[in-house]
Amino acid sequence: MIRVVLPAHLRTLAHLDREVEIEVVGQPTQRSVIDALEASYPMLQGTLRDPVTKKRRAFVRFFACEDDLSHELPDAPLPEAVATGAEPFFVIGAMAGG
Amino acid sequence: MSGVRVLVGTRKGAFVLTADGKREGWEVNGPHFGGWEIYHVKGSPADPDRLYASQSSGWFGQLIQRSNDGGSTWEPVGNQFQYDGVPGTHQWYDGTPHPWEFARVWHLEPSLTDPDTVLAGVEDAALFRTTDGGQNWHELPGLRGHGSGALWQPGAGGMCLHTIIVDPSDHERIFVAISAAGVFRTDDGGETWRPVNRGLQSEGIPDSDAEVGHCVHRLAMHPSRPDVLYMQKHWDVMRSDDAGESWNEISGDLPTDFGFAIDVHAHEPETVYVVPIKSDSEHFPPDGRLRVYRSRTGGNEWEPLTKGLPQSNCYVNVLRDAMAVDSLDSCGVYFGTTGGQVYASTDAGGTWAPIVRDLPAVLSVEVQTLA
Repeated sequence: MIRVVLPAHLRTLAHLDREVEIEVVGQPTQRSVIDALEASYPMLQGTLRDPVTKKRRAFVRFFACEDDLSHELPDAPLPEAVATGAEPFFVIGAMAGG
Repeated sequence: MSGVRVLVGTRKGAFVLTADGKREGWEVNGPHFGGWEIYHVKGSPADPDRLYASQSSGWFGQLIQRSNDGGSTWEPVGNQFQYDGVPGTHQWYDGTPHPWEFARVWHLEPSLTDPDTVLAGVEDAALFRTTDGGQNWHELPGLRGHGSGALWQPGAGGMCLHTIIVDPSDHERIFVAISAAGVFRTDDGGETWRPVNRGLQSEGIPDSDAEVGHCVHRLAMHPSRPDVLYMQKHWDVMRSDDAGESWNEISGDLPTDFGFAIDVHAHEPETVYVVPIKSDSEHFPPDGRLRVYRSRTGGNEWEPLTKGLPQSNCYVNVLRDAMAVDSLDSCGVYFGTTGGQVYASTDAGGTWAPIVRDLPAVLSVEVQTLA
């Protein structure tokens, strides 16, 4: 079970509380976590990644275990603590502007 | 009993304002999609309870929302706007080639006859269409690919396709306007397009009367006379009597011919409204006085409409999609400002009063006249 924390605008869009738990088959990666998230919450499609290129949006960042994972490869394994559910995977709207 | 529903898009959400036919006691509903930029909300002429909204964010991209109950509830629909084929390049601000990149949907134009069919004008400029209520969007590539696309360039707000007008007497004929490219017309439902900008003169481009490159801010048409088009260009208010084949300036005695919004009285095809703005470097009304100007002669002769509008210390702007009219017997005229006011006149502009005063900056105003 992967715990994902979304920013406020996306929680509202997906009608979610602060944290969501999703199932990921196999080794969790950024790609597999977001794929699973979008499968469960289709309204989030295109909000974290460009819907065509699947690249992370420029103002979206991924944090976990006090590290910035935004620039890791999409298929790189996520930290063990995220994989076990001990730590959440944070999706962050970059702090810029209002 | 008749009534009106005013659909307002703002920098931080959408609002639905409703009143009965007297247009006095207004109910304000919203914000919907709080915190998101809502460039446009528009209802289907074929089913007034079917609304579409363009919801976007610099962080999280583009969403399209659809309502089937007049804006009480909404559901997100498809948001994939993929250019047809290899997008190619247009001109950047400095004239160098720049790849086409989708940014947002500026304008949604539902079909006159089918609630599930909608045209979408986007930035970077292109035209998309859905025929399944917004689930899937496909580009009409004949516009971007007709030949002049490489010469288009962004205006200050981006390279946006902001105006879509379908000829009510011939649905195969569609006009679109792009900043800064100009006006384009199709006569075959969007398959093929050509620029219709003859008569436009623009500073800021190397060839002032070029076929494309003009920063057209807005077009308006009265449905009873689809060959007559009115235009607020970056500078100049223009008119065409031949479906865009040629344009003539009708700025006349306006205090300034810069502006964004333009619209036509619902029952008087020669009565036109604009909101003069001081200049392209000062996006506020001249002398701090918010004045709508009305021509009852199809242009050239304009009268200021000021009753109920602030006549001192007013420095708001009225953006291109932020003016609309209703079709009640006494035509209502509505506009929103970047200061968050939505003003309404129930007597064709003679007197004005705010419906709301303190919304976020208004990006768009549409009006539905309800039976």
